[in-house]
Amino acid sequence: MRSRLLQWAIAVALLATISAAPAQVAEPGAPEQARPQQAPVPNPESIQIGLSTDRISITSDFSGADLTIFGALDNADPLINRQGRYDVIVVLEGPARPTVVRKKERILGVWINIHSQTFVNVPASYSVATTRAMQDITDQVNFRQLALGSDNIYMQPLDRTEDPVTIKDFETALRGLKKLRGLYTENIGGVQFLTQSLFRATLRLAPNIPVGTHKARAFLFRNGVFIKENSANLAILKAGFEQSIFRFANDNGLLYGLLAVLLAMVTGWLGRVIFRRD
Amino acid sequence: MSVNLFVLLAMGAAVGFLSGLFGVGGGFLITPLLIFYNIPPAIAVATGANQVIASSFSGALAHFKRGTIDFKLGGVLLVGGVFGSSIGIYVFKLLRQIGQLDLFVSLLYVGLLGTVGALMMIESVNALRAARLGGAPSLRRPGQHNWIHKLPLKMRFRASKLFVSVIPVLGLGAAIGFLASIMGVGGGFIMVPAMIYLLKVPTNVVIGTSLFQIIFVSAYTTIVHATTNKTVDIVLALALMVGGVAGAQYGAKAGQKLRGEQLRALLALLVLAVAIRLAFDLFVRPANLYSLSPLEVF
Repeated sequence: MRSRLLQWAIAVALLATISAAPAQVAEPGAPEQARPQQAPVPNPESIQIGLSTDRISITSDFSGADLTIFGALDNADPLINRQGRYDVIVVLEGPARPTVVRKKERILGVWINIHSQTFVNVPASYSVATTRAMQDITDQVNFRQLALGSDNIYMQPLDRTEDPVTIKDFETALRGLKKLRGLYTENIGGVQFLTQSLFRATLRLAPNIPVGTHKARAFLFRNGVFIKENSANLAILKAGFEQSIFRFANDNGLLYGLLAVLLAMVTGWLGRVIFRRD
Repeated sequence: MSVNLFVLLAMGAAVGFLSGLFGVGGGFLITPLLIFYNIPPAIAVATGANQVIASSFSGALAHFKRGTIDFKLGGVLLVGGVFGSSIGIYVFKLLRQIGQLDLFVSLLYVGLLGTVGALMMIESVNALRAARLGGAPSLRRPGQHNWIHKLPLKMRFRASKLFVSVIPVLGLGAAIGFLASIMGVGGGFIMVPAMIYLLKVPTNVVIGTSLFQIIFVSAYTTIVHATTNKTVDIVLALALMVGGVAGAQYGAKAGQKLRGEQLRALLALLVLAVAIRLAFDLFVRPANLYSLSPLEVF
């Protein structure tokens, strides 16, 4: 299957980065001291991201792709910016799904699923791009609070009475398996500043990316302090023929089954007609 | 899930070749092969059942033309088969919910293929040895009756020249139906010997009748799997069927060049190999003890 790099050049949300600093025109005749000396207001920096499309269709030969998201900082402090102390983390989070983790144990020589733990809100996929290594951006504690990063997503167990150590083991295994399947990825250095305020984030879409509503979120940090978050939704769909089959099979199981049977019979009959032996 | 279409076609062709060579449906090879190819067992089983329809339909057409189908016997087997298949599908769903489906499917395969393979091996080796010694092959004596013929509720099957109780017929049908829905097989490899040795059905109608019954039980299984478990993959099945139907023709031609006992010995080897390969996965420590699955709604 040919590998295709899908570059989703996604439109730039070039939001008024040259912020409208209102020109302070001194009114003629007004006494200078009538305007109290204002202390410089702390910059209300904010972050914006833009998607050129709110849906991506994947075809049956989809072999993974890079998704590019553009974004911009508003009211960025030029000094801090020059020192490179703004950090951006962009996340594409897949739909949350209840997931069962099972653990095998050996019984009479056979490996059997014995233990299981269900988590109710596991993101089906979780792709991260950052300006720097996560630990260089801020403390682990902050990441935990924000539930940011594939190791920090909060996974709620269905059975809370279970021993926390056991739950932790299953949780670790769950994250490990998701990473192994390429569903939880981290792209360090995947966010690059193109100008002082414009950045580009490159996220990996796994070949087996789940369909559904994904959420793109951008987090802004200044000097290791979380400032602002912004998000946009992105629907990932199976395209064309695949999608029709998928939907048909789910919505209309009986008819789909009948069609499958009919198709098999026609194939069998055609086989006889084409390769007639008797 | 992304899989290679050409691998599937080749897989279908290889199994089709073998099924044409040995005169078997090939379901018992397709499902394990799909599992080896990392298709989830639940999908492998349901799709295997779908694939079986194509090959049995093709075969049954030939038997229909020759008039070697006992419709009455097939009908009674079918009644049992639908019953067994319904139970099988319920068990399938239950096992999937508790996460033991993969294990159960593998155990059934290892147990059944191992037994059938070993029996066939013994039988064909004996036959080969007898043929070499020049002795007459031991024939079954059709006049002999067993306990099965003492059961009540007898029914007459004219095409098979048989007067037998419906209980074992229904029971056999149900057992095959159960296996069909859980293993994704037609069940011919159990049905044919059972009909010959237990029910004493004449050999000439056995294969046609079993194929006739397999079509309908597999069709029923496919439809119910599609409705309740949503595990039938029509594209996957089609690729396997197309490859299979083509491969079967060449297999049948090749089969005419080999002797019966040799064929049976080869088939026995193949069946045993599949059983050993599946058993291997059961006993060897898996690379990862943990596995993920979506939560099935009870």
